[in-house]
Amino acid sequence: MPNPLNELLRQYLTVAIFAGLGLAMVGAMLGVGWLLRPDRPEPQKYINYESGVDPLGVMWSQSQIRYYVFALLFVLFDVEAVFIFPWATRLEAYGAFGLIEMAVFIFILALGLVYAWRKGVLRWV
Amino acid sequence: MTPLVDPLLSGPIGLQEILVVVFKVVVAFAFLMVAVMFMVWFERKLIGDMQNRIGPNRAGPWGILQTLADGVKLFFKEDLLPDNADRFVFKLAPYLALIPAFLIFTVVPVGGNYSTGDGTVSLFGEETLLQVADPPVGVLFVLAMSSVAVYGVMLAGWSSGSKYPLLGSVRATAQMISYEAALSLSVLSVILLSGTLSTSGIVAEQSQWNWNLWLTGFIPFAIFLISGTAELNRPPFDLVEAEQELVGGFHTEYSAVRFALFFLAEFMNTVTMSAIIVTLFLGGPNGPMFGPEWLQSWVLPSLWFFLKLFVFLFVFVWFRATLPRFRYDQLMDMGWKLLIPAALGWFLILAGIQVASDNDDINLALVVIVGVAIFFAGMGLLMLAMRSSRRQRQLSGVTD
Repeated sequence: MPNPLNELLRQYLTVAIFAGLGLAMVGAMLGVGWLLRPDRPEPQKYINYESGVDPLGVMWSQSQIRYYVFALLFVLFDVEAVFIFPWATRLEAYGAFGLIEMAVFIFILALGLVYAWRKGVLRWV
Repeated sequence: MTPLVDPLLSGPIGLQEILVVVFKVVVAFAFLMVAVMFMVWFERKLIGDMQNRIGPNRAGPWGILQTLADGVKLFFKEDLLPDNADRFVFKLAPYLALIPAFLIFTVVPVGGNYSTGDGTVSLFGEETLLQVADPPVGVLFVLAMSSVAVYGVMLAGWSSGSKYPLLGSVRATAQMISYEAALSLSVLSVILLSGTLSTSGIVAEQSQWNWNLWLTGFIPFAIFLISGTAELNRPPFDLVEAEQELVGGFHTEYSAVRFALFFLAEFMNTVTMSAIIVTLFLGGPNGPMFGPEWLQSWVLPSLWFFLKLFVFLFVFVWFRATLPRFRYDQLMDMGWKLLIPAALGWFLILAGIQVASDNDDINLALVVIVGVAIFFAGMGLLMLAMRSSRRQRQLSGVTD
């Protein structure tokens, strides 16, 4: 009987081997491309694309804060999921008490979403 | 067999174990490559059919080698790296996009008889599951990898130092993380019923037609399918590369092999996402079993798995051919105001039903009726809230 830790590490070792193979494939493709491709540098080729006309203004431009706010909201729900996943696998052990606990937890987090909604964060205009 | 040294120094590994790993890795790798090539061709051909065109038909029989021809062409293209770009991140991004797409496939069980057996097959004298790896937290691994894939898209667009790619990538990031929340919340229902996070465990729980598709009551499946499509940036959620607005989106500045890598990652993600849907909701390799032993352990389960996989590949192409693209505010509204609350609510109902069926002194039918009633009342309130917020928006002078 193999010990459980041993077995666990072996599973991830296989994943690591697979990742290595993927890495090697990406490297090999780029390598073959490097060998085969032509190289005829011209200054115009290295200008950023802007629908065919000469680009205007600063290229390292800024974007809106709204996207960032969604990232913050996402953290709320991802942390929530981290707590719920282990709970969900062991529900029968916790029973009705565990269910009420989780309902309270989800309710508090849902309040976070409602707050964001009321604040107009989810509004996209 | 003399045991070799374990790379993790945690015990001896025999030669046949190494053979098993090598066999699995090579087969999975080859399958993914062939599947991607097939998927690209299949999508073009099917879209062609749906739009009453012929589609690719020159390279090979029925144009099946078209993908190969396109791929080879890209090797002969000049590789451009814009002066403005952040050189290191620009080169790093394709790796970050492609490798997670690879890794998700490692935890998908592609065969093995789970209906009348325990899912293992005999390979080089070793009893093993037909999946590359079976970590105990397989589902979390899938979610983690799809989160890492966001980095590839985000960094590709940002490092180009150009306007369209930047817009495409911030859009992509916001979209992918929003729908990832909905995705993981809908998976919770499956976890609840299966009681395990391992993919092989989930498949084993679904043997004998106990598929999660109906056991979880269709709603988690619908949420997963929708948010999975959004996670893949496939139409109707392809705002990331909306050609009319953003040229090519985050990979506008990429050319030659680096572009091919993004393309590969996109189609690989489509294949793996279909495989994950089949695993979580449609019982993976489960299906009717008959015939001799070799047929039951090797052929039939894999056949069922690939048939189901094929159904979802078809569905993704069908979506693209029929549905018009969402507008960005509609996309965000649907994710945050509809899918996430629905997934959470349905999860709580399932948990309630589960607890009630474990307890003999609780009336199960009552719990089901009250739960579903509360769920639909909640969704009704949500719709009302959305309508009133839309009215407010119109009053404040912004047209919807």
